Amino acid sequence: MPRLGPMRPALLRQVAIFVAVFVTMELLAVAGEKSFLLTQVTMSAYYTLVVLGLSLLMGYAGQISLGQAGFFAVGGYTSALLTTWDLSAQRSVGWVAGAARVGLLITRTDAFGAQVLTVHPWPALVCALVLTMTVAFVVGIPVLKLKGHYLAMATLGLGTIVYSIAVGTARLGAADGISGVPPFPFLPGIGVGGSTGARIVNYYVACGILAAVMLLLQNLVHSRVGRALRAIHGAEDAASAMGVDTPYFKVRTFVLGAALAGLAGVLLTHFNGAIGPSEASIMKSVKYLAIVAVGGMGSLWGTLAASMVLNFLSLRGYFGTLDDAVFGAILIVVMLFAPQGILAIDLRRALRLLRPVRGAPVDPR
Amino acid sequence: MPLLRVSSLSKSFGGVHAVRNVSFDVEKGMIKALIGPNGAGKTTLFNLVSGFVLPDAGEVRFDGRPIRGVPPCQVAALGISRTFQNIKLFAGMTALENVMVGRHVRSRSGFLASMLHLPSTWREEAEVRERSKELMEFLGIAALADAEATSLAYGQQRAVELARALASEPRMVLLDEPAAGLNMRETAELARLIVRIRDRGATVLLVEHDMSLVMDISDEVVVLSYGEKIAEADPRTVQKDPQVIRVYLGEEEC
Amino acid sequence: MSLAFFIQYLVAGITYGTIYAVVGMGFNIIYNTTGIINFAQGEFVMLGGMVAVSLHPHLPLPAAIAGAVLVTMAVGALIELIFIHWLSKPTVLRMIIVTIGISILIREAALLVWGHDVRVLPYFTGNEISSISLGGALISPQVIWAVAVCAVMVMLTTAFFQWTMLGRQMRACASNRVGAAVCGLPIRNLVTLSFALSAGMGALAGCVVCPITYTQYGMGTGLAIKGFTVAILGGLGNSLGAVAAGLLLGIVESFTVSALPAAYKDTVSIAILLGVLFLRPSGLFGAGAATRA
Repeated sequence: MPRLGPMRPALLRQVAIFVAVFVTMELLAVAGEKSFLLTQVTMSAYYTLVVLGLSLLMGYAGQISLGQAGFFAVGGYTSALLTTWDLSAQRSVGWVAGAARVGLLITRTDAFGAQVLTVHPWPALVCALVLTMTVAFVVGIPVLKLKGHYLAMATLGLGTIVYSIAVGTARLGAADGISGVPPFPFLPGIGVGGSTGARIVNYYVACGILAAVMLLLQNLVHSRVGRALRAIHGAEDAASAMGVDTPYFKVRTFVLGAALAGLAGVLLTHFNGAIGPSEASIMKSVKYLAIVAVGGMGSLWGTLAASMVLNFLSLRGYFGTLDDAVFGAILIVVMLFAPQGILAIDLRRALRLLRPVRGAPVDPR
Repeated sequence: MPLLRVSSLSKSFGGVHAVRNVSFDVEKGMIKALIGPNGAGKTTLFNLVSGFVLPDAGEVRFDGRPIRGVPPCQVAALGISRTFQNIKLFAGMTALENVMVGRHVRSRSGFLASMLHLPSTWREEAEVRERSKELMEFLGIAALADAEATSLAYGQQRAVELARALASEPRMVLLDEPAAGLNMRETAELARLIVRIRDRGATVLLVEHDMSLVMDISDEVVVLSYGEKIAEADPRTVQKDPQVIRVYLGEEEC
Repeated sequence: MSLAFFIQYLVAGITYGTIYAVVGMGFNIIYNTTGIINFAQGEFVMLGGMVAVSLHPHLPLPAAIAGAVLVTMAVGALIELIFIHWLSKPTVLRMIIVTIGISILIREAALLVWGHDVRVLPYFTGNEISSISLGGALISPQVIWAVAVCAVMVMLTTAFFQWTMLGRQMRACASNRVGAAVCGLPIRNLVTLSFALSAGMGALAGCVVCPITYTQYGMGTGLAIKGFTVAILGGLGNSLGAVAAGLLLGIVESFTVSALPAAYKDTVSIAILLGVLFLRPSGLFGAGAATRA
């Protein structure tokens, strides 16, 4: 159907389904006195942001990354550090006082009841995103010149560096990570994190953010940029010949994926009130990869569905101690039997097959 | 001033001289053909002009502007488009989408504008879509729009690739063996098509093995052998050139 | 830095370097026969040590080690038979991901069987305080064992590939699979053999350094990354290059630890990996095959 107006009819349908599903889940959970399940759904939604970023990079631009968890950690740790670093002792120093006056720093009560002066979550978020995107940009330019398994190993290595820094730096809490991270205030009364009483609010905040991101990504994928990315994936030389600046698009997509991971890192850290080095581990990156593989390269909704389900099951402890093994097995099975992904069926095209065909492809001669 | 001027172009790959000191001009509005036996350096020449390979020596000027060392995506932006010998269509995309990518240099929406689906973006999208459909109609393949590009028949894929190359309204089109794999009837149609493309304003440089096509529509022919130019003239004269005949001796060409 | 310290660090570097070299060689053997990069290589080292530790209470040490090597070789062959044997045209990337998955499964299985505990084999000669004096530094005799065993393995492997019929057949497989098949070589079996061989080498190396470095269920991943670094650094497919690269990496790592906090030790190998990938992907002693992407 033509996309002349502001929103594609197909997208409208998809968002409607999304809203219906998530609202239904919430109502069911509350009705069944199991609203605690919403916590894991909320977390799954944030992890899905990471996976969507990776899906864009792998499914559309065709570039593999085994280091996505690293960006999650850069975002999360930056925000955690800034919002827990007590600057009370430097209160009289010029820039600290100035920043406090402007509102960049706030005085709050920490978990132990002490008064601390820390960065306000909003500027911390901005810093975290800027840092994550900068790192992705700087690292992406040389790394994305690599192809195939070299790219995979390079990104694996980069993720490991982030992990090493997280685990080895005292300021970042070493093996224990950073805790006592305050909630993130979006609007008065609406934020991320906080007590269990705010569970439902948190749920809808996460769903809202996920929906918004999905909207943006769907728009992107069905645009000139989306076509350029798929062209790069399909036949990189020909894409260049058609004027697509391949390095530019690859790096930009990498940065966008990193930004999503960083955003998820910030939000989840505020939600949980803490972050640890395991968020940067290879195993996490592998999990994200496995989910993208299941969800289907080039299918954002499929990836979203796979991510919500798999993350939820994992967070609920459904896989028990075999959690890592399950994802390892998933990776093997998908890669061996369905490298394009199990849910690789493009729903749009599948639906189109069910409609009466207007003009079948016919030999023009 | 010729639209394309190739001067003393040379390229070796590990000791093998793929292209050796080749020079020729392509005037605006001309259909020029590059012919020669296999291995004569024709596709390498295309790669040199379109920026995929860096020459060892020599110059390429497009509309007076030197384009040596300019990467392929910028060459496309300057107005040179091309097809490939082994049809590089984008897998996983429909024929129409393939053609729409061809119009990449004539559109501007970036990441932010696309994500936010700004009015400028959706107006541009509509325009790209319309132009691409028009082009497919011009080439007689409008009905293939929604088919997955690599699932089409060979001849149809060639047509899609041609449409894709024309989508950017290039000033010059490089066609790499466009008649390969086509039967006589299809080749004749292709010939008519290339002439119409030229008449619509594009200059054509083509590499071909099919002599009937070349002799039929070319204004001028350049003959390469082992990387060197051995003749350059109108088709009739080239056909009678003793050197050219010798180079082709033993090859069955109709 | 005093001479004693210098030698201490050098020896530590050589010790780890020999493991890296063996893992790198393991990568090369499989790559040379199949074009696959086997990320599970590190797990073979871990399995060797673990199985030997489990067998030791029941068998004399040499038998336990032999048993561990055989078991690991069987595991290697099994991996090939189950996951790889029947694939027709695996791309390198796809297989790296599959082998990453396999390494995870092996690691989790090891966790299930042996738990989180760090395990250790007894020293082959002497004990943890016996030492040889070298230039003022005290070196454990186990180091001599490690280097000697690995050196012998390297020499035997090189001789195998260079001079035996079987070895040459395996090399033929990698350079031209179709050609090798046409010549009647049992490709599928040679591939299985390459996995078994790599596994055995890794296991033996794992046993011989176990007394010094200990073994734990999770040590395989880091080794795989370093082994890959070594294989690339030495030129993918170049076995002697891997040896040199392994020693180089071990020594550089060792001396870096003397300057930086130990937690950053892994960063060294990754920095080298990235450096090689960006600057000279065909490696120091480029075999040329590394440009296959």
